[in-house]
Amino acid sequence: MTPRTLFDKVWQRHEVSPESASAPAVLYVDLHLLHEVTSPQAFQVLRERGLAVRCPERTLATMDHSTPTHTEQVFGGTPITIDSAARQVAQLERNCAQFNIELLALRHAQRGIVHVIGPELGLSQPGQTIVCGDSHTSTHGALGALAFGIGSTEVGHVLATQCLLQRKPRTLAIEVAGELDRGVGAKDLILSIIGRLGVAGGTGHVIEYRGETIRALDMDERMTVCNMSIEAGARAGMIAPDETTFAYLAGRPRAPAGAAWERALASWRALPSDQGALFDREVFIDATAVAPMITYGTNPGMVIPIDGHIPARSGDAAFDRALAYMGLNAGEAIKDQKVNVVFLGSCTNARLSDLRSAATLLRGRHIAKGLTMLVVPGSQQVKRAAEAEGLDRVFLEAGAEWRESGCSMCLGMNGDMVGRGQYCVSTSNRNFEGRQGVGARTLLASPLTAAACAVRGCITDPRELM
Amino acid sequence: MQPFTSLTSRTVVLPSTNIDTDQIIPARFLTTTTRHGLGAHLFEDRRYDEHHALRADFPLNQPQASGRILVAGRNFGCGSSREHAPWALIDYGFRAVISSEIADIFSNNSLKNGLLPVVVDETTNDWLIAHPGVELTLDVASATLSLPDGAIVHFPLEPFARHCLLEGLDELGFLLARRAQIDAYERHRA
Repeated sequence: MTPRTLFDKVWQRHEVSPESASAPAVLYVDLHLLHEVTSPQAFQVLRERGLAVRCPERTLATMDHSTPTHTEQVFGGTPITIDSAARQVAQLERNCAQFNIELLALRHAQRGIVHVIGPELGLSQPGQTIVCGDSHTSTHGALGALAFGIGSTEVGHVLATQCLLQRKPRTLAIEVAGELDRGVGAKDLILSIIGRLGVAGGTGHVIEYRGETIRALDMDERMTVCNMSIEAGARAGMIAPDETTFAYLAGRPRAPAGAAWERALASWRALPSDQGALFDREVFIDATAVAPMITYGTNPGMVIPIDGHIPARSGDAAFDRALAYMGLNAGEAIKDQKVNVVFLGSCTNARLSDLRSAATLLRGRHIAKGLTMLVVPGSQQVKRAAEAEGLDRVFLEAGAEWRESGCSMCLGMNGDMVGRGQYCVSTSNRNFEGRQGVGARTLLASPLTAAACAVRGCITDPRELM
Repeated sequence: MQPFTSLTSRTVVLPSTNIDTDQIIPARFLTTTTRHGLGAHLFEDRRYDEHHALRADFPLNQPQASGRILVAGRNFGCGSSREHAPWALIDYGFRAVISSEIADIFSNNSLKNGLLPVVVDETTNDWLIAHPGVELTLDVASATLSLPDGAIVHFPLEPFARHCLLEGLDELGFLLARRAQIDAYERHRA
């Protein structure tokens, strides 16, 4: 039999019908995650056509994008400030009730960012197809699933038929070798990979991250890597399941148990790419050369080592425009640039290990005078786990704000925004113009770097504080 | 959906590369629960300044900018999966987007709403960017673009998507008609 990749195996297991010259494949979806922003129009289509949800048991909804992070708005009597956000949240409640879909609603103890709670609950599993109306669905690929973002029309397709029409993408192997240096983490690795590939380098491809460096990452770190696949243009990123994956899933509330666990394990162990499997493209990355990374421009590919200088590209109007937006100059060192806001959160970097990492630098220190730091855990479970080990005290005593979970300042839909012209070091995934607020200037970095920048109030190499 | 067979229109040019979906429709407008009315906020933060006055230098704001074909720099539509991006472009009046590279999810979302994504080579795209307002004809059946000098440029168009555009079909009907196959797949897996 021809050696197959992890992607090939998952794809073939889910073909209801294979693609032909005239029609795409009909691909079955194992797990469909919903949130309040991209689902209302899909439910509207079901209503217009008199359709039911085919598999409510394969569907889970939560609310994260437009939800408040202030405790009094989540648990107290203070209403959601933005009327349209409140309406959207209420609409999701009505839609889930009408179509019999389980909803982890605003006050639910397991609510959180959709890409944090799927793995955390043990719902996202190796070998599955997972979709959600959100481009960072690629996160779940860390478990060895084929997981990708879809639009609202496709959300409707999956609700009604549990299937999608898909052309088979090409495969891209990113082979990473060598040990990551002290102070360098998964976020630095993926930013460095995006810098190398470019923001469209993965377009049309599914990435498989492989090699000794990837195998040495824990699950939270693998999720950070897969999460940002879309920032290189790839709809999905995958990592072969191994003992790390199985140990992570064992005992989680929605993971299989007993005999079902044993059967699942046997099936999962057959998933990794076969020896000699061919990829359409291969890229090799030397992890030993990766430094703490930070972005300086308006897309995640505009990234440099934190001790580096902002490059110049003569005759590139888009590049010049990006620097003008950022208020930065070619040739300058990025270090010591002023920072106004630090955001520790998002589906990229708001899991427990991310909070722990930032806390190592903040413990016993205070954030710089005049700087605002928002810490927004990825889920309510992450929040409680962090509180159980006293991380909330570390952040609060350092002068940061400790909030309820949600997407928050990653995209500012809920009103958590960065002001015009302000510099925000953010552990999120996108530094696009206006992403965190009109005129906001975002610099993407790791939780460790974000904490170092918060302490000094300027761009700081975290290794100087370690 | 209305059938989409061909389109003849002038172009509007946005030369920037990597125009992401946050620029096309900023996140703060995504709290809507319908598909309509987003055109008013298309490129909001590039069209308006901080006092909500139109920026004269933004291509869409120039008096001569009228046309249903948007030409943009490489990697248009990157970023989020929000279908609000093609909804906003369509609501504003666009029916096609031309670029030398178009992001995957945006391209999929566009086709499902009758917005034609047209990927051309860099040379053609550079020429189109340098000549805003030219009249082009896009033909769906042959997947071709006719330039003013009569030259014909082919662009990739997935055959099933082309069929749906030409017939005005949506994919949901096709999937619903596969019900027996989906049932069989579920039985086989169980």
